[in-house]
Amino acid sequence: MQGAATIPPADRKRRLESILSRHGNARTELVQILREVQEPEGWIRPEAITTIARALKLPRARVEGVAGFYSFLHLKPGGRYRLRFSDNITDRMAGAERLLARLCELLWVERGRTSEDGLVSVDTTSCTGMCDQAPAMLVNGWAIARLDGARIEEIADLVRGQRPVEDWPRELFAIEDNVRRKDILLVAALAPGEAIRAALARGSGALTERASNERSWREAIEIAPQGARAVLEEIKLANLRGRGGAGFTTGLKWEACAMAPATPRYVVCNADEGEPGTFKDRVLLSAYADLLFEGMTVAAYAVGARHGFVYLRGEYRHLLAPLQAVLDRRRREHLLGASICDQPDFDFDIAIHLGAGAYVCGEESALIESLEGKRGIPRNRPPYPVTSGYLKQPTIVNNVETFCAAALIAVHGGAWYRGIGTARSAGTKLLSVSGDCARPGVYEYPFGTTVAQVLADCGAEFTQAVQVSGASGTCIDQSEFGRRIAFEDLPTAGAFMVFDETRDMFEVARSFVQFFAHESCGFCTPCRVGTTLLRKLMDKLAAGSGSQHDLTQIVDLNHLLQAASHCGLGHTACNPVLDTLKRFRPAYEQRLVTLDYAPAFDLDGALARARAMTGRDDPGAHFGAGP
Amino acid sequence: MSDGDRPLTFSLDGESVPFKAGQTVMQAALAAGRYVPHLCYHPEFKPHGSCKICTLKVNGHWVTSCTLPAAAGQQVESRGEEIDEKRRTLVQMLFVEGNHFCPSCEKSGNCKLQAVAYEVGMLTPRFDHFFPDRPVDASHPEILLDFNRCILCELCVRASSEVDGKGVFALAGRGITKHLIVNSESGRLADTDIAVTDKAIEVCPVGVILRKRVGFAVPIGSRRFDREPVSEQALRDAPRPLDRAPRGGE
Repeated sequence: MQGAATIPPADRKRRLESILSRHGNARTELVQILREVQEPEGWIRPEAITTIARALKLPRARVEGVAGFYSFLHLKPGGRYRLRFSDNITDRMAGAERLLARLCELLWVERGRTSEDGLVSVDTTSCTGMCDQAPAMLVNGWAIARLDGARIEEIADLVRGQRPVEDWPRELFAIEDNVRRKDILLVAALAPGEAIRAALARGSGALTERASNERSWREAIEIAPQGARAVLEEIKLANLRGRGGAGFTTGLKWEACAMAPATPRYVVCNADEGEPGTFKDRVLLSAYADLLFEGMTVAAYAVGARHGFVYLRGEYRHLLAPLQAVLDRRRREHLLGASICDQPDFDFDIAIHLGAGAYVCGEESALIESLEGKRGIPRNRPPYPVTSGYLKQPTIVNNVETFCAAALIAVHGGAWYRGIGTARSAGTKLLSVSGDCARPGVYEYPFGTTVAQVLADCGAEFTQAVQVSGASGTCIDQSEFGRRIAFEDLPTAGAFMVFDETRDMFEVARSFVQFFAHESCGFCTPCRVGTTLLRKLMDKLAAGSGSQHDLTQIVDLNHLLQAASHCGLGHTACNPVLDTLKRFRPAYEQRLVTLDYAPAFDLDGALARARAMTGRDDPGAHFGAGP
Repeated sequence: MSDGDRPLTFSLDGESVPFKAGQTVMQAALAAGRYVPHLCYHPEFKPHGSCKICTLKVNGHWVTSCTLPAAAGQQVESRGEEIDEKRRTLVQMLFVEGNHFCPSCEKSGNCKLQAVAYEVGMLTPRFDHFFPDRPVDASHPEILLDFNRCILCELCVRASSEVDGKGVFALAGRGITKHLIVNSESGRLADTDIAVTDKAIEVCPVGVILRKRVGFAVPIGSRRFDREPVSEQALRDAPRPLDRAPRGGE
């Protein structure tokens, strides 16, 4: 566990060399190497960057640039205890800001600063995916949920007593699954290997025809195992669509990859669940890991891949060891590795890469860049990952839930799956329900379920609004609670945040705007600058100096970001504001001063720093207070 | 690759523009004598697509013209107030995120950001300035780095790596804190292997990478963009794999 102590230089050197050799000095491992190098001290020293660069034969600045991209990699020393509060709106609603202030008070530290003795720093981080047990925090990268006054006191004591994090009470780190409603996927109790054997059986008799050297896609089609083709057909028949938000048809994606002439091909699971308000993949990874790996193995069989990756978000560090243990068990059971299920030539294994705090890596091409050990910048497309993905090889990237559904389809068939849900949205959807409701947690529903039904089941009362699919999704009001969770009505990656009538929807939108400004990768001008401009405009409104002109600016910015941004982050960054502006306009208008234009500059506010420095707050230290 | 004797063409604001397979929309437009404003694109480097100034519409959809492959029959729109306004706003964004004071900048008149701002008709910065804190690096005896003017086009990064074979420059940080760094443990340019003859220096479109002691050798008023607007120079610099008016059956 991350200890954040200073270690002797000789040990440091030995440790670094062992990490580098374990990763074979491979450039693709750079993010993993940096993360591991950082663990004992909580930051990466300049000389370590130089050593890594030399070993990987990269310019030093390139390595520094990669480290500088990720929120959880540090090039300067911070506190030996780095405490980061999850900063989703649902955390704030559960009192995170008050608890953060209390912890700062107990530890005598200013938010965002390291204490003078280098012991501790307290700050915030983007949503950590614990909204069902908010407020939550990360302590040196390890998640603690269900924070309250007592837990804050306990954490402050542990830090002041300088107890190493690995010796902290285990129950502090307990994360609940909170599964509230199960349907076909969450009741599935497949025996290990059941889906793989079912997939193999779909082409029984024709399996030996597989050629070991597939030289062209035409040839591959002709001699690909009938089993693989049969699995593809079932996935297509099921009309399974991606569960990560975009909803691309999974069968078409897999088929395009299977037909791409180049080999090797790769299967990648996107477990970088970074959308604020989403946590259903956390539960699948924690309680349904076999189902996921089963689905990935079926996919590997269908597209002819030998290598798989799980890109696990850094916030889910606590899931790494349990997932590795499941992989190890599956290798022992011949469900991974060479000749899976005694099938000659069916070789497949899975490696887990841990992310390091970058929402944009949930975008598939940025995820691939990160897997290759680079800054997580979305690529220019075409080409698409199915023909040119990981290391420019054919690659499928699918969400955790998509692979789980694929495993079910391998067993029960596409027709069965297609019969569930609606005509255009087959199957079920996992929702991460959080916010103002009695029973937050994971709910699985057939597609076509109404928002009202979900609200009733989770015990939500006096509901004012629901944010469907997270910050980049849609905000709906009471008049729309009859709408349905489905690709053709309310598509969702899973987040379902409930806001009751006491909530200020302007502040909800403002928190999402802050999120996008923090998470923009900075590659393209409109998103890099536009998200910050938007944050400043919302701050101006919050400060009570907004005007009609600012609302016009927001609408203009939205048009630009939609038109010119490089990826979905920029395209959707204005959504929370536009949605709430349309439905909850009074929340904005009550903040406007009745001018057409008001400057952002606040004369009295500019004196705040001087007041803090001189310790004054008397009327004479303010403008307009009079003598 | 042509369909019989007819060359491949797309329509740009109603005019037919020929292209060769592999060209992007912007490359074909420039080769045909039609200027599309741009900053991160440079004819000698692979298109990058980050500044987005070259944004235009193809078949009704907004696209980045420097990276979009040209295709036969595309309906490309690059004119009109809607498009101009977007390009102007993007240039304004670049001005407010950095610290650009043209009257006191030694690159004035040779600066592509300034020239493109004139080209797209930018009259005010429109947004409040961010005033970022970006210290200069004057450590090198012959080269000055003034990060205040960086527009993050990555041309120096690309040139140093692809042409000079050095990797002197790279990007660090993320989002609005993204910034240029140099390849040394001290973080100082003096401790890198940069040379005054490097392509990375020549390629900087703004006043970040400057040779010392030559800043005012050419007086303001007779500089590159004082003599001729950026649009005309860009057209002259564009590689022309095709004739301006190609004929079939050559």
